[in-house]
Amino acid sequence: MSLLMDVKLRPVLTQLVNLGMIVSTALIIWKGLICITGCQSPVMVVLTGSMEPGFKRGDLLFFNMNKEPIHAGEIVVFDIDGHDIPIVHRVIEVHDKQDNRDIDILTKGDNNLVDDRDLYPRGQLWLNNQHIIGRAKGYLPYVGYVTIIMTEKPIIKYLLIGALGLLVITSK
Amino acid sequence: MHSAAQRANAIATFGVALLATLCVAASILDAFNTPDVQARVQVTKINRFRRQLDGNDEVRLTLNMSMNLESLFTWNTKQVFVFLAAEYETPKNGLNQVSLWDHIIQDKEKANFNIKVPTEYPLIDQGSNLRGKEIDLVLHWHIMPKSGRMIRDKMKLSSFSLPNSYTNKI
Repeated sequence: MSLLMDVKLRPVLTQLVNLGMIVSTALIIWKGLICITGCQSPVMVVLTGSMEPGFKRGDLLFFNMNKEPIHAGEIVVFDIDGHDIPIVHRVIEVHDKQDNRDIDILTKGDNNLVDDRDLYPRGQLWLNNQHIIGRAKGYLPYVGYVTIIMTEKPIIKYLLIGALGLLVITSK
Repeated sequence: MHSAAQRANAIATFGVALLATLCVAASILDAFNTPDVQARVQVTKINRFRRQLDGNDEVRLTLNMSMNLESLFTWNTKQVFVFLAAEYETPKNGLNQVSLWDHIIQDKEKANFNIKVPTEYPLIDQGSNLRGKEIDLVLHWHIMPKSGRMIRDKMKLSSFSLPNSYTNKI
């Protein structure tokens, strides 16, 4: 009886450890990216059409962040109160205070007719360094569409994770 | 011998690896492109130069621009976002950059042109520092690729000085 249990326990434990290794490797890669790029959110999927035709919904963007002052023309990602999701738009106006104490920034989506001032919270005319999460450096088309589908139709997300889990457990 | 699932897995893995290599190669090759942008800008008219009610200076111009951005395009280029910025310094701000006009170029054929346009966006200062101010007109471009690294650069075209007094009293 105890012999039977020994035979069945080890493969199951091995599979569990394998699963743990896969998950922790993914986590290490993600956290490592955050460290290397200096940006809280180094890889993001484009969610709106406000930067078309350059970026379409489902495209993937790569970000980094450093202490270099932000200049006009850069594409930045920023967070504003009242908006759950960060916005990726282009900087069209910059007022850099003397001694680099702070900077006033105005953004606009390439595909929008007006600048983002209406998006900023009431009374806020400019973005400052504290609002900017990162600047876009690289781009891959279409790759992120999977996450959009998974967010909009959660069933597909559960199906995918279920199928992946099944594959990991049943494969040697 | 090999199951259908194993074959599908092998094909998918190889396909993804190939795509990834192509994307990286495309981006690396872009670094070898030596751009040679030619452009000229001229302020033909100052349409409005006044002080707004809130105390900030406002300027609207008509610009005559010619530019040739063909050398920026590679086979990996999706579009070039080009804009003209007015850049100047004030006592409070070390650098002010205000975009006056922008344009998206999607084909190399459309990258060489000559236009005369009023500025799309007004130049509004933080304060009232623009009388007699010398302003640099700098052309900025942003090469957005089909995949890979985005490239930004700029070129100062010319400077012009605003008059010492407002032109409108509106």
